[in-house]
Amino acid sequence: MIQTKSPILTIQNLVIKFTLRGRVLTAIRTISLDLYKGESLAIVGESGSGKSVLMKSIMGLLDKNGYIDQGKIIYNDRDLAQFKTEQEWLSIRGKEVAMVTQDPMTSLNPLKTIGKQIEECVVLHQNVKGKAAYEETLKLLKDVGIHDVEKRYKQYPHEFSGGMRQRIVIAIALACKPKILICDEPTTALDVTIQAQILQLLKNLQQKYGLTTVYITHDLGVVAKVADRIAVMYAGDVIEVGKTHEIFFNGKHPYTWALISSLPQLGSKGEQLYSIKGTPPNLFQEIKGDAFAPRNQYALKIDFVERPPFFQVSDTHYARTWLLDPLAPKVEPPEALQAFFEEGRRYAYEP
Amino acid sequence: MSHKEVLLEVKNLKVVFGKGKNKFIAIDDVSFDIFKGETFGLVGESGSGKTTIGRAIMRINEVTEGQILYHGKKVNGKISKEWDREITQKIQMIFQDPMASLNERAKVDYIISEGLMNTKNFKNEADREQKVRNALLNVGLLPEFSSRFPHEFSGGQRQRIGIARALVMEPEFIIADEPISALDVSIRAQVLNLLANLQQQNDLTYLFIAHDLSVVRFITDRTAVIYKGKIVELAETEKLFSNPIHPYTRALLSAVPEPNPYKERDKVVEFYDPSQHRYDIQPPSFIEMEEGHFVLANEEELERYRTSLKMEVSK
Repeated sequence: MIQTKSPILTIQNLVIKFTLRGRVLTAIRTISLDLYKGESLAIVGESGSGKSVLMKSIMGLLDKNGYIDQGKIIYNDRDLAQFKTEQEWLSIRGKEVAMVTQDPMTSLNPLKTIGKQIEECVVLHQNVKGKAAYEETLKLLKDVGIHDVEKRYKQYPHEFSGGMRQRIVIAIALACKPKILICDEPTTALDVTIQAQILQLLKNLQQKYGLTTVYITHDLGVVAKVADRIAVMYAGDVIEVGKTHEIFFNGKHPYTWALISSLPQLGSKGEQLYSIKGTPPNLFQEIKGDAFAPRNQYALKIDFVERPPFFQVSDTHYARTWLLDPLAPKVEPPEALQAFFEEGRRYAYEP
Repeated sequence: MSHKEVLLEVKNLKVVFGKGKNKFIAIDDVSFDIFKGETFGLVGESGSGKTTIGRAIMRINEVTEGQILYHGKKVNGKISKEWDREITQKIQMIFQDPMASLNERAKVDYIISEGLMNTKNFKNEADREQKVRNALLNVGLLPEFSSRFPHEFSGGQRQRIGIARALVMEPEFIIADEPISALDVSIRAQVLNLLANLQQQNDLTYLFIAHDLSVVRFITDRTAVIYKGKIVELAETEKLFSNPIHPYTRALLSAVPEPNPYKERDKVVEFYDPSQHRYDIQPPSFIEMEEGHFVLANEEELERYRTSLKMEVSK
């Protein structure tokens, strides 16, 4: 895998707010994140952690009541956060950044043949017409693993299964020839056997088209399969970011620990599964200190007062937790995790 | 195994939807037992019929052929009024989507006590309130919540209300149809623990329907894998996961992504091709290969599975 360390997209101190019935909700709290060319980044978090909002802001797809309050989104030397008109966004959306959405049952137009739906994007984004566009559409259909393409071209979405529809959604995204492909929970609505196929397909296409992919998901199994890097989000903030194996086997933030230890795979039958107490914070209120502190058994006093900065763990691995401060007491991760960490450290190479 | 008391028996169950040309066989000749106090898992892909089995036991879907016996007594077809009332109370269900399964216009108090009112299973108003309060406390909610509406709760709390609604009936047997698949990762563990605790406290038996195999492995004692309306393999959960025999089970298990980037990337995903079976020549039957381990196979396949099983053991 090519890992040139040049960022294709840079998010700087981004703050996104929503107004809801006169109240202001802070969905993204000062996030800075780089997306490197050719990599596949997974954004992991619970619902409401802001992972979808963050990615929607890159495409200018925030809901009407949402706005970028501060910060920059730099892509090709342009600041997307300054975009005002739909016209400006159209130069990014689809052409540069495309999206594969969660539910293939609702994201296709039921009244149009799937061939027409793909061809529409080909014509719009690739400057081809007629026969050439048709040929390109058939090629895309083949690329996403659909057989008998001439016949399939003329069929309607209802004639396809969920997995096949997701392949078509991917073909539409690719028809725009994007540089960045955002996959928002691409397999949540699918069965595991189909999920494995779609993930493999996305991996192959990433290589073939030289894409930079971003996966938004809460399934750590999916993450383990596809991601080079992981950013863990909690309550609108990236709390830890690093290479996949660093997050899985050398995580530093207690929330990362909690996420991994609450996996049923790590539990043993008949015993209590590790669970995070309480619920995520109310985003209408101002969050002081570390947002996870009230649910965190390792919380220090300072966690309730001051927001932790990013501490560097390695060249690629950063975590926002006061536990990494030189003055902090030494803390061991939960017992269930230690065996898992140990297992991971036995592999001395990068996956 | 054999000394365990059988709570629920499903015998040659067949469920057919539609008639004539539109006939669709959802469940085809399925048999299994559920023992008292155990958690029985039912896994399969969407459309495999796992929910239909649950609904057939709940008597929501009509049984076309076969029998469902609860405590040895028939529950499908024509039954007496008393028995009907008794099983309505004893068999309860927890649903998948807590956002859709609660009445948005009713207060929690009504939602939980609706079943009680229907069966008149309380002495007086104070008794009913006490029962609702206990049910809420049991699932880790505050009794004050009873005067609130469902929209005031988060997904995890709503699922707890759904569980309280089942518990208040004092059931013996609970059908949990994908009870945690709509919940967030951190809330999932809470609800799984809650279900496990309630099982111990109240001596419950669960039929746990799910597609997430990691959850099934964690919570169930025995598991049946269902494919297109037929159970293809049934065994103790650990045995099934460590020693899958049927090619479909193997494919299903290999497709589950593991939260370990090293293992996940080296893994070979097996694909299941139903055309590998030559069932037109020799139809399959559901055979016990070793104690408590059933598999759907014909003679020729059975021979092959047996040798592969021996290989696994000697390894």
